[in-house]
Amino acid sequence: MYDIEEYAAAASLADALNRLAARPELKIIAGGSDALLKIRDGKWAGCALLSIHGLPELQGVAMDEKGDIEIRPLTTFGQAAEDTLICRHLPLLAQGAASAGGPQLRRMGTIGGNICNGAPSADTAPALLCLNAVLDLRSAGKSRLLPLNEFYLGPGKTALEAGELLCGVRIAKEDYQGYHGCYYKYSQRRAMDIANISCALWLKSIDNAVADIRLAMGVAAPTPIRLPQTERALQGLPLEQGQKRIANLVRQEIQPRDSWRASREFRLQIAGEIAARCFAAACDKIQGGKADVSNR
Amino acid sequence: MGEIGRSIPRVDAKDKVCGTAKYTEDLCPAYALTAKIYHAAIANGWVERIDIDDALAVPGVEAVFTCMDVPQLPFATAGHPWSTDPGHRDVADRLLLNRRVRCYGDDIAVVVATDEVAADRGLRAIRVEYREEPVAVTPEQAMEMAAQGGEPLHEAYADNILGRSQYQEGEWPADTEELTAAKGSYVCQAVQHCHLESAVSFAWQEGEKITVVSSTQIPHIVRRVVGQALGLPWSRIRVIKPYIGGGFGNKQDVLTEPLNAWLAQKLPGRTVKLCLSREEVFSATRIRHPITIDIETLADQQGNLVARSYNAVSCQGAYASHGHGIAANGMTAFRDMYRQSQALRQQALTVYCNVPAAGAMRGYGIPQETFATEANMDDLALALAMDPLELRRKNMMLPGFKDPVTGITCHSSGLEECLRKGEALIDWQAKRQAYAKQSGPLRRGVGMALFCYKTGVYPLSLETSSARMVLNQDGSAQLHLGATEIGQGGDTVFAQMAAEACGMRTEDIRVVSFQDTDVAPYDSGAYASRQTYVTGMAIQKTARLFGERLTGYAAGLCGMAPENLRVQGQHVVKQEDGQPVISLEELAQEAFYSLENSVHISAQTTNHCRSNTFAFGCSFVEIQVDMPLGQIRVLQAINLHDSGKLINPALAEAQVHGGMSMALGYGLSERMIFHPQSGKLLNGNLLDYKLATALDTPDLQAVFVETQDPTGPFGNKALGEPPALSLAPALRNALLHATGVKINSLPLEPQRLTAAFREAGLLEGGEDHV
Ligand SMILES: Cc1cc2nc3c(=O)[nH]c(=O)nc-3n(C[C@H](O)[C@H](O)[C@H](O)COP(=O)(O)OP(=O)(O)OC[C@H]3O[C@@H](n4cnc5c(N)ncnc54)[C@H](O)[C@@H]3O)c2cc1C
Repeated sequence: MYDIEEYAAAASLADALNRLAARPELKIIAGGSDALLKIRDGKWAGCALLSIHGLPELQGVAMDEKGDIEIRPLTTFGQAAEDTLICRHLPLLAQGAASAGGPQLRRMGTIGGNICNGAPSADTAPALLCLNAVLDLRSAGKSRLLPLNEFYLGPGKTALEAGELLCGVRIAKEDYQGYHGCYYKYSQRRAMDIANISCALWLKSIDNAVADIRLAMGVAAPTPIRLPQTERALQGLPLEQGQKRIANLVRQEIQPRDSWRASREFRLQIAGEIAARCFAAACDKIQGGKADVSNR
Repeated sequence: MGEIGRSIPRVDAKDKVCGTAKYTEDLCPAYALTAKIYHAAIANGWVERIDIDDALAVPGVEAVFTCMDVPQLPFATAGHPWSTDPGHRDVADRLLLNRRVRCYGDDIAVVVATDEVAADRGLRAIRVEYREEPVAVTPEQAMEMAAQGGEPLHEAYADNILGRSQYQEGEWPADTEELTAAKGSYVCQAVQHCHLESAVSFAWQEGEKITVVSSTQIPHIVRRVVGQALGLPWSRIRVIKPYIGGGFGNKQDVLTEPLNAWLAQKLPGRTVKLCLSREEVFSATRIRHPITIDIETLADQQGNLVARSYNAVSCQGAYASHGHGIAANGMTAFRDMYRQSQALRQQALTVYCNVPAAGAMRGYGIPQETFATEANMDDLALALAMDPLELRRKNMMLPGFKDPVTGITCHSSGLEECLRKGEALIDWQAKRQAYAKQSGPLRRGVGMALFCYKTGVYPLSLETSSARMVLNQDGSAQLHLGATEIGQGGDTVFAQMAAEACGMRTEDIRVVSFQDTDVAPYDSGAYASRQTYVTGMAIQKTARLFGERLTGYAAGLCGMAPENLRVQGQHVVKQEDGQPVISLEELAQEAFYSLENSVHISAQTTNHCRSNTFAFGCSFVEIQVDMPLGQIRVLQAINLHDSGKLINPALAEAQVHGGMSMALGYGLSERMIFHPQSGKLLNGNLLDYKLATALDTPDLQAVFVETQDPTGPFGNKALGEPPALSLAPALRNALLHATGVKINSLPLEPQRLTAAFREAGLLEGGEDHV
């Protein structure tokens, strides 16, 4: 039994924004797979919930005439993992979504919830960071676009303002076209687990050298992060050299936490190793291979 | 006849699969009040003040009781039969709610409310002031604390030592020059049972009687302990046990029932439910004892064991529960499994600490002992440059062995055959050689481990069991037992054994699955690996008598001598040619409604079991180790068992699969982590506690070597716990084979592995490594 004082389902996006404007303390619930946990453990006990579940304006994945892709926030993990556009153009995001929880959770949890919850372990975050995703944030009478990279402020803390709703996640064509890469979730179990450390890598090569590389990690810092130093150091290197150097670069750049869940030393070991395996897999794909690095 | 050895489907399969089986919560009326426990937020100290005024003011809160209100009647919770000898009783060291806080999460108050939300709000409104004492989360710390004059956890145990035992044979060799030694300290972690159904009960008082419906393995023991905790005559307590969703020994302890019954007494006429959350099951029920075991083994050059020493330190946690019995049980298994020519030295210590109380958990001290012993045997084989399998064959228990203390004797052993089959199935010789010299980040290895296991608890504890059979009007029979179906398949094999012994068909035996202590005959419950053995004896005795009563009545009807008749299937038939004389249905109709001779045909007997016997088995595994990621992939896992004659082979196989999956978690991923200073359990939930999922579980292979044990009622021996024993050390030994690295602490989790590989220089491959 959950301690929910009040519950209302928004009738439309406009209705949701109006209700939020009138009562900014309302808690938004999409799939509920994070929200219900917060209620259960007391953090949100006695809350008033506003459900956006099922709102058609917030569903679907679409490509516009320029080739940019928009993922609406109510897209579930399961839908994202199987969506044709995502699978074809953003395979690392499909892998991230497919790695979450178990079958039930993947029908329940949404991409929007995954982003807004702000967990350092969010499985879609590293991929979206590599893709330079931009968030479409709206409140009654106002809207703004914010790069995902600027959205995360700390563990569970985001730039989402009171009354604001995430309405879309946009990925420009130049951020996916010509890239290869993958997502690697390192966790203790093959299902129903959060990452000890995770890595997404997005690579474009010209003449067997790194033309552009984007590398993002989960649980390597208080928020999901990009690794700009490593990216810069790898820029222009022949792939073979990049393969040799990446693990070390990653281990030098990140500052993972020492906690009872995993030691800093362990996370460093794994981070370097999985980055190197992602790099190898990307190179393999560039060469037309089909190597699957994920441990799933 | 022919009912034994048949793989019939479980009698409860359909109901459990379709959801029609009723568990405790299904039966609890919707109007019941909800009780929720307030748990201590310190690990050692005292509750000085507890302020419940705000909690009482929460709408929906009906009552709040605290540790200041409860009866001062210490009680013991272990699910053992009562002992009429005060010296053999379990330690009574617990109150319904405790002012003296001994672990983080200790029960100190309880809120009763109209629903869960109100109860939770009540809990959040309680304010507690504590006086804190320093915290000891390990036995070493607890003994040190006591030595420094710190306040002991329990007054009666000033040194915090709950129990110790010793055993010695022969003289330790003075000259060890010619001998090869293997020495190690093997560390077993704390784990939790993680049964699917929570610890849950509901209770009400009606007149003089308090009824408790509970998810328990031991209804008759619960009745006694509730009576003791409340200071009431035992007959005023009635315990009902519906279907239960797993216990694995946790529910061989009295858990929620005494407090729940007391709440019913305090709120007469109200029904009160007490259902623990998963987090509470982790931090406030029981766990498996963490035990550190130091072993030294000396062998001659041929690999004959000469001298062995065993020193175990067991962490009891805050309350005695099953206590020192667990560490002591490990000592016995070590003594029994292998023999030595010269000396045996054993010692075990059980120490109170500020962590949740450890109790019974599938294997009762033997998973720990087997891990240590079998790891040590592989260490010795390595030191001797000998095949680990050969080393074991040379030294393992043989038929006829008799334990010098308990007198338990090896009446039958299929162990050698298990080893032979396992060796062939895993392709042992070829793979031991093939994987001897490997390089690169991926390594393979094969490993094995074996075990022996006592079937029952005789002669340490009373083994009494009763059964009753009652004829139905349609010619079928009810079977009433005090022994419990706890998911292990008990009811199915009970029906098969009854059918076999009385001649009826299994389909016509209706096992009354719910125990109600007001009517169920006495049996101490489901625990150890003894149900089919101990309860089986009572069933056999009762069913034979029942069969005789059927033929006796038939004899009267048809004017034949009873010894010329027997029951066969749905008829009473002639002994000589099997010709039907009367159907059981006709017989029953006559017996019930005869105007001349109406009898309700029934039989009840008690069997006092005074025997015990060893079951055996082993595990063989092949693994692949990804060293840079610290991951072990299990390529093949085989358990081979000698459990005597199998009553139901399909159920036996399922039992092995379940046990192997528990052992896999024990070996690879499960561990309870306590904060070293505060004593708080950090990972008490199923996200952070790494119970394996289906995707983490490899194919589990179960193989049986059937023996006919002369003491078992149908030639059968233990099978409940044995599957959970040998897989963890087999994995550890396979890791040793694959990498040359000895990991002596469980679980073999990635972080431990990568640290060990780094230390061994196995990760320094790339020049780029930091
Ligand atoms: C069993 C289980 C397993 C899990 N496994 C994983 C896993 O493997 N990987 C992983 O990354 N996560 C996992 N999670 C966490 C969770 O499922 C994900 O974070 C999921 O994406 C949350 O989506 P939701 O729609 O359920 O969010 P909700 O719970 O509905 O919302 C989450 C948060 O985001 C806010 N929010 C939601 N939508 C919007 C919006 N459009 N605009 C503004 N705010 C919004 C809510 O107010 C809330 O604070 C798991 C959770 C459970 C219960």
